[in-house]
Amino acid sequence: MIKRAHFKAPLLPYLLIFPQILVTLTFFYWPAVHGIAQSMMISNPFGGRDQWVWFDNFKDLFTDPLYLKSVGITLGFSAATALTALLLGLFIASQANRALRAKAAIRTLLIWPYAVAPAISGILWLFLLHPNYGVVAFFLKRTLGIDWNPILNGTDALVLIIVASAWKQISYNFVFFLAGFQAIPHSLIEAAAMDGAGPTRRFWAIIFPLLSPTLFFLMVMNIIYAFFDTFGVIHTITQGGPGGMTTTLVYKVYKDGFVGLNLGSSAAQSVVLMALIILITVLQFKYVERKVQYAG
Amino acid sequence: MRKRNFGIWMAAAALVLVVCAPALAQPTTLQWWHSMKGANADALNEIVTNFNASQKDYVVEATYKGNYDEAVNAAIAAFRAKKQPHILQCFEVGTLTMMLSGAIYPVHQLMADAGYTVDWSKYLQPVLGYYVSDEGKLLSMPFNSSTPVMYYNKDLLAKAGLNGPPRTWDEVGEYTAKLVAQGVEAGLVVGWQSWTMVENYGAMHDLPFATRANGYEGLDCELAFNNPQVVSHIARLQSWTGDGRFAYSGQKFQGPQAAFVGQHAALYIDSVSRIGALKKTAQFAWDAAPMPVEANMAQPLNSIIGGASLWVMQGHAEKDYKGVAAFMAFLAQTENQEAWHQKTGYFPITVEAYENLKKAGYYTQNPLDEVGIKQLMRGKTTKNSRGIRVGYFIQIRDIINEELENVWAGKKTAQQGIEDAVKRGNEQLRAFEKANK
Repeated sequence: MIKRAHFKAPLLPYLLIFPQILVTLTFFYWPAVHGIAQSMMISNPFGGRDQWVWFDNFKDLFTDPLYLKSVGITLGFSAATALTALLLGLFIASQANRALRAKAAIRTLLIWPYAVAPAISGILWLFLLHPNYGVVAFFLKRTLGIDWNPILNGTDALVLIIVASAWKQISYNFVFFLAGFQAIPHSLIEAAAMDGAGPTRRFWAIIFPLLSPTLFFLMVMNIIYAFFDTFGVIHTITQGGPGGMTTTLVYKVYKDGFVGLNLGSSAAQSVVLMALIILITVLQFKYVERKVQYAG
Repeated sequence: MRKRNFGIWMAAAALVLVVCAPALAQPTTLQWWHSMKGANADALNEIVTNFNASQKDYVVEATYKGNYDEAVNAAIAAFRAKKQPHILQCFEVGTLTMMLSGAIYPVHQLMADAGYTVDWSKYLQPVLGYYVSDEGKLLSMPFNSSTPVMYYNKDLLAKAGLNGPPRTWDEVGEYTAKLVAQGVEAGLVVGWQSWTMVENYGAMHDLPFATRANGYEGLDCELAFNNPQVVSHIARLQSWTGDGRFAYSGQKFQGPQAAFVGQHAALYIDSVSRIGALKKTAQFAWDAAPMPVEANMAQPLNSIIGGASLWVMQGHAEKDYKGVAAFMAFLAQTENQEAWHQKTGYFPITVEAYENLKKAGYYTQNPLDEVGIKQLMRGKTTKNSRGIRVGYFIQIRDIINEELENVWAGKKTAQQGIEDAVKRGNEQLRAFEKANK
């Protein structure tokens, strides 16, 4: 039997969590409710004239082929960014874990990119890959003969923002994967080696299952990152272009609401985005988490 | 005993001074939110400093609030919280939004209420025209106005055996063919393509951008730039992308400017506000010329402006508005307009400022600064060249940019791209109309 501690006074725990609930209500639920209300209105940005239109804003969205295209772009972009960042993070962490010399220095250097703000990351990559003044772009065009032009070619632009977004997130994944690697008891690996398991077998049979809680956590975090935090990268590199090929849902919310002042449509898009991210997270917990092994 | 009394009296006097002094001598503070940076901000602050020094009743406080859309959003949030500034600098595409916001005090009315009689005919009409109501009443004070011109690389042109800039679009075709044959990477690049290649192209050729006098006469207007001339212009540019005579290098100015400065492109169409940057960065002989026109257009109309104007916001005390009016009058004074024009390259708003500078020989020394003004003042302004007044203009420009990119990338024909832009833009117009019923 597990022993449970009981507090005598039933009031105290509520009092203790009250500040947290207050913060959550004020900064999360209140704006969310406001956003949902706004999504059913057409309003003058300066206030005053609000018309209640129920689901008209949503109807307009889902009959707009470009909005649906933006949903597709977002899903593709997020999957590619998360996958790239996870795989490279995992690979680098597995290598750094085996480094023999200057371990601390190597790890510190690998963590650095995470400290770079997304907007700065975007500018850096733009300087490298801008077709008119990018150093790497010149190399691609002159030496390799690749017709690299993210300003006109939507696929190139998409590749560019995936690279810039993933680069930053690799460091984040690296930190967690490295910690995950180090939490795996050496005795297990040695025992497996003595039983005759090669490196690949050891990875899939022992390391990977023990790493799966980390992997699952990072998957959720990376998808959320790719959905929301890549705004800075897109804003500095492509501004959603060319031809709308890099307009993700978040960027469209910004463009329509903040720049274009169409608050109703922008709020409706936010609600859709919220629903989408809830759905993805629930699916992940429901189907992916089953395969995760928490106990060591 | 006497001593103590004296002390009390002194304290009382000091108290009276402390309490009353601000009420008596403190001038009224007027808030001005703007989006000017660098040299433009220096010139702006100088105007403010001079105004504050010129009188004792008002102090203008100029605050940088980020770029144009950030400043507008800051003002919206402030207006909802009843903490709005007196004056807001807003970009030209936000004109209709501001006009219908219910948050503004039209400038013509402000000046009249404060007892100023302004002869608006002494202002540069193509500048003023962008910000007047359909009845010709000024809604916001033009502040920083520019227009597109064509920059050309004299060295590259000379190498290709060409003298002087091309005047017509046919000549642009011939020139760029020769330039590309000489090994220049791209003939022509353009910045702000919607503004230069669609809006201004239309204005100069007297073609409507939208029905209902480009939207001035009603929210029920529809986009109308899908006319054969604009379509064939875009189709021509599209055909030039194939052989390098035209190269697309981005929606804004950075890409095209870099191409021109790096001598990858010989002709470059962009705002006159680029002059300063080109002076600093271009390591070759260059000059500016009017934008090319069609050969059959013997007398092209004026180009239209871009930039921003100053909107006066509602909800302040009457005495504040007296100060705002005084500031607007100060701003329009000839010497201030001359200084603004000389320091920033933006146009003066009064004819007198322009004529004065001309008389003083400013333009013989700085011919670059006159190219845009001359283009702006030629011909007689029509309803097609006065300006553009459509709702959700920002979204519409985005749509035009997107569709043009599809055309340059070869995904659509010019006809299809322009038709799609009009169709999608009209949806935006209907949404705006619905929101502002």
